[in-house]
Formats: sequence, structure tokens, C-alpha cells
Amino acid sequence: MKVLVGVKRVVDYNVRIRVKPDGSGVLTDGVKMSMNPFDEIAVEEAIRLRERGHATELVAVSIGPLAVQEQLRTALAMGMDRAIHVESATALQPLEAAQVFCALAQQEQADIVLLGKQAIDDDSGQTGQMTAALWGRPQATYASVIEINGSTARVTREVDAGLEVIEVDLPAVFTSDLRLNEPRYVKLPEMMKAKKKPMDVKPAAELLGSNVPRLELGTVRPPPARGAGIKVKTVEELVTELQGRGLI
Amino acid sequence: MAKVLLIAEHDGTKLNAGTAKVLACCADLGAEGVDVLVSGADGAGLDGVCAQAAALAGVSRVLRNADARNAAPLAAILAPQIADLAAGYGYVLGPSTTFGKDLLPRVAALLGAPALSDIMKVLGPRSFERPIYAGNAILTVSVPDGAPVVGTVRVASYKAVGEQAPAPVEAVSSSAELPGHTRFVELRAGSRDRPDLQSANKVVSGGRGVGSSENFRLIFELADKLGAAAGASRAAVDAGFVPNDMQVGQTGKVVAPELYIAVGISGAIQHLAGIKDAGTIVAVNKDADAPIFEVADIGLVADLFEAVPALVKALP
Ligand SMILES: Cc1cc2nc3c(=O)[nH]c(=O)nc-3n(C[C@H](O)[C@H](O)[C@H](O)COP(=O)(O)OP(=O)(O)OC[C@H]3O[C@@H](n4cnc5c(N)ncnc54)[C@H](O)[C@@H]3O)c2cc1C
Repeated sequence: MKVLVGVKRVVDYNVRIRVKPDGSGVLTDGVKMSMNPFDEIAVEEAIRLRERGHATELVAVSIGPLAVQEQLRTALAMGMDRAIHVESATALQPLEAAQVFCALAQQEQADIVLLGKQAIDDDSGQTGQMTAALWGRPQATYASVIEINGSTARVTREVDAGLEVIEVDLPAVFTSDLRLNEPRYVKLPEMMKAKKKPMDVKPAAELLGSNVPRLELGTVRPPPARGAGIKVKTVEELVTELQGRGLI
Repeated sequence: MAKVLLIAEHDGTKLNAGTAKVLACCADLGAEGVDVLVSGADGAGLDGVCAQAAALAGVSRVLRNADARNAAPLAAILAPQIADLAAGYGYVLGPSTTFGKDLLPRVAALLGAPALSDIMKVLGPRSFERPIYAGNAILTVSVPDGAPVVGTVRVASYKAVGEQAPAPVEAVSSSAELPGHTRFVELRAGSRDRPDLQSANKVVSGGRGVGSSENFRLIFELADKLGAAAGASRAAVDAGFVPNDMQVGQTGKVVAPELYIAVGISGAIQHLAGIKDAGTIVAVNKDADAPIFEVADIGLVADLFEAVPALVKALP
């Protein structure tokens, strides 16, 4: 069984984002970049699918400029077998990324496409669903448990009302939630070994299908700052304050 | 001028509160009318949901889409029907709940349209604001002419609309072919005995500092005293203190109550992303340097095990 995993390079989740004064975006120069945390969970899950005897080939895919190879190497060091760098100078939007994943899923005859439930830069949370739609296959988003039984999978999904369990026929697209697993720590020797693993490079244009409409991205502004708050010293003061503001 | 197809969320008997909030966003669009699509299994439950939708201000028509295969809200089953029924509509919108976020991107892809997630403000008929980077930046996005506007509306950014004399309810059906590759098994419902997190006026959340599942009793007591919903940080959920549907934050629920009380929560950016629209934020934390105090309107540096019981006692 072949598993494709999407790996996006994003600003590290610990970085405090700053909007550029001219509103053209957020500052990324000199900022620490990492693998999208949900993708790291997806990579980990793919490796566990092999450890549980289901997956046989694990392929990491990233779309972007040369720099994304850094995150692909990390995925290889974690245990993926090979990587595909889909070269694109401009950032692809979710529908375009979905075209790329769909094309690769077909070329590679993947059984599972595993993506993160959202990327923590644009917070769109669309690529998995769109990939499944274009590919005409099932989707199980917000997965916290994935159990494979032959040609079907039973997935527990974290939804607003609790935990939903669905069953899907493979091939299918899954997107990982935080509680799916705890990604392993990569040790230096694995990082060295990962340098020798195969990395294909393909131009995005080769995989993009029909031209799809693109959202026009305008300016970026910081959110309104909250006014300075006050500190109270006792519970009684807190109650008085809440009463004064008509909140209790 | 264009019409909106609003995708309603419900549990078989009750319309989700998000629908009334998406309607508030529709009002800002100045659209020609709003048709609310209610899909479900045929029966009295579905009639009830349709009646609830018909009574919401701004609804032109309710489209009742009854089919046994719509009994559970599966995106793979609903999306082709919605894409089919969306012909002629300029907008296809739903709430930014897990239901809407799962479904609308699939619909968009079937329509060959880009999707917008978490619309927080309407700037023009095709131009919107949405949060990125956990709400630490707000992006202006426009949908090009020729493509329908498909997306989810951030429910925390809108106040529910009021009521109206009931709009007509009409039966619809789609001829789209529905896949058999996705099957609903079960829903294990989470915490249900308190007000709903996403529509509550008051929310009390506990973090890792609460320490254990038993200790969460303190959070629930305070919530009950205030008539508030109970929430949690991811760390509290991961530690197994409470179920995951209580998680507030970038990747949990975004809430916008009048009063948010954070107890034993440090204030990581991912948590703050979920509470930016709260009216008043109160923080109780024993660490005076906890980042939560940078956003709290009222901060109390104290041990929660003393402060919370005292607060429960002192509240009127
Ligand atoms: C991709 C990603 C997405 C995430 N999404 C979310 C999300 O949606 N929501 C979310 O909440 N987190 C999310 N997180 C996790 C987030 O980064 C933090 O780890 C988490 O919010 C911390 O939870 P906490 O404040 O309860 O725990 P901690 O950071 O451990 O803080 C506990 C606090 O309790 C205080 N405390 C301890 N004992 C007491 C006491 N007796 N009395 C008073 N105070 C006490 C401490 O001083 C401390 O400030 C996400 C992380 C990642 C990487």
C-alpha cells in the first residue's frame, strides 16, 4: 500500500508573527521555518501505518521553492522512503495544491493521501477536501484514529459534536488532527541517512491541470490590539469589577 | 446582484446556531435573497429543522432536500448534491464549524471554484477579510469574476439575526450521482449538558494548570454558577482531563462570548486565536508573567485552587 504525505514549509508555530508595515504580507526574512505541525503528524502516521504492517511505500511531497527540500529531508529522516519536490516559485492556492496532489495520487497510484487538517500559515484547511473531490475519492478530515482493514479504513474524526466514526473505501484522503499521534524526534544519524534517500523534482506546471480561478490576495493588516487591561488583587475585587461592567 | 445558497447544519432535529450567524453575513452582502438548503432524512425531524430555518430573518426560501442517504452529514455524499443545486447561485456559504469546513471546500472543488475559509468581514460583494496565522494577521481576499463565492463564515464574527414570519419551504432534489464509498458508523457525542461553546454568552475554560479530570469539577462549578459554557486548552484536552470537543483555539473552537474566564491557561498564541473576539477576558493564573495577562482585561494572579472556590462562593 502506497501512502503520499503532504509536507508544507511554514513559519514555525512558536514564532510571533509581525505584519509588514506596508501591508504586503507578514515578515518572513530571518524567521524560523518548519514543517507544518499537522503535516508532521501526517508523516508520523504514515510511518506508523507501515509499522502496523499496512503501508509499504511512503512518499513525502512538498510544493514550493528549493527551500522546501529542507522539510522533505526532515520527513525522510523521520522515516519516509522518498520525496517529491514540486517546484513552484509562487505559492499555490489550495485548489491548485489539490490539483497537484490529485495528479500525483493518480500517477503514483496511491492508496492513501495523508495531509494536515490545515496549514498554520493561511489556516485555510481546504487542500485535503479539494484533493478528495478532484480525485473522486472519500475524505476523512480531522482524523484522530485511522484503522485499516484490508481495502477499507475506519476513521475517528474530531467534530464539534464529539467523535464521529466513518468507514471509507480506499483509496482515500485523510487529514490529521493534533491527537492522531505524537511525532517522533529525529536524531542526527537519521538526518545524515536521509541525505541519501531519493528526491525527485518536478515542475508544478507539469501537474497542474486546467487553469482554475485564483483568489486575489490583497493587503494584510494586524488585528485590532486589545486595550490594556487591569489587575485585581483579590477575588472580591474581581467580583466588584465584573458587577461594575454588568457582566454578572 | 446574486442569490445565496446557505448550507444549513443540524443534528436531525435542531438547526445549528451557526445558520443565524451566516445570515448576518449574508445581510452585509446585500444579496438578492437567501435560500437555505436543509438536507437530511425524510421525517418530522427534518420538518422541524426547516421550520426553524424558515423563521430566521432574511431567509427567502427553505429548500428541503430529503433523502435517506442524507441522514448523516457526510461531505462526500452532500457535496455533489450541493454542487448540483448551486447552479444559478452567486454564493454558496456555510458556517465555519467542523461541518462547514469539511463540506464547503469539497463543494468548491466540484464547482471548480476557489474557497474562502472563515470570512470575518464583508468589504464588498466579492471582497472579504479573513484571519491568517492564528488570527495574528487579517488578509483581504477577493474572488475573481466568473467564479461563485464559496466559503465558510466565521461564526464568532457575527451576531445571530432575529426572527421573521416564516418563509416558504419547498422540496428539492438533485440528480447527482452519490458515491457509496463513504459510510457513517456512529457519533459519540461529547459534553452536552451545558450551553453550547460557540453560542454561549459566557465561557469558563480550564488549562493544564487545573491538573486533573477530577479538578475540572472546579471549572464546571464556576461555569454552572455563571450559566456559562465550559471550555479547555489543548493541553488540558491532551492530558485527558476533558473531551476534545471542549478545545478552544486556532484548531479548536473559536468563541466570542461577552465574558471569557481563562483559568490555569498560559495564553499560547494558538489558544488566544480562539478568544480574540471575546468581550471581556478574565485570567486567573498563579504566574504573574503568563502571556495570558497581556490580553486579559481583568487579571488575577492567584492559585486557582483557592481563587475558583472563593469565586464560586462570592458570586451572586
Ligand atoms: C499546531 C498547533 C495547534 C494548536 N492549537 C491549539 C488550540 O486550538 N487551543 C489551545 O489551547 N492550544 C493549542 N495548541 C497548544 C498551545 O501551543 C499550548 O501548548 C496550549 O494552549 C497550552 O495550554 P495551557 O495554557 O493549558 O498549558 P500550559 O502552557 O502548560 O499552561 C498552564 C498554566 O497554568 C498555570 N497554573 C498552573 N497551576 C496553577 C494553579 N494552581 N493556579 C493557577 N494557575 C496555575 C501556569 O502558570 C501556566 O500558565 C496548539 C499547538 C500547536 C502546535
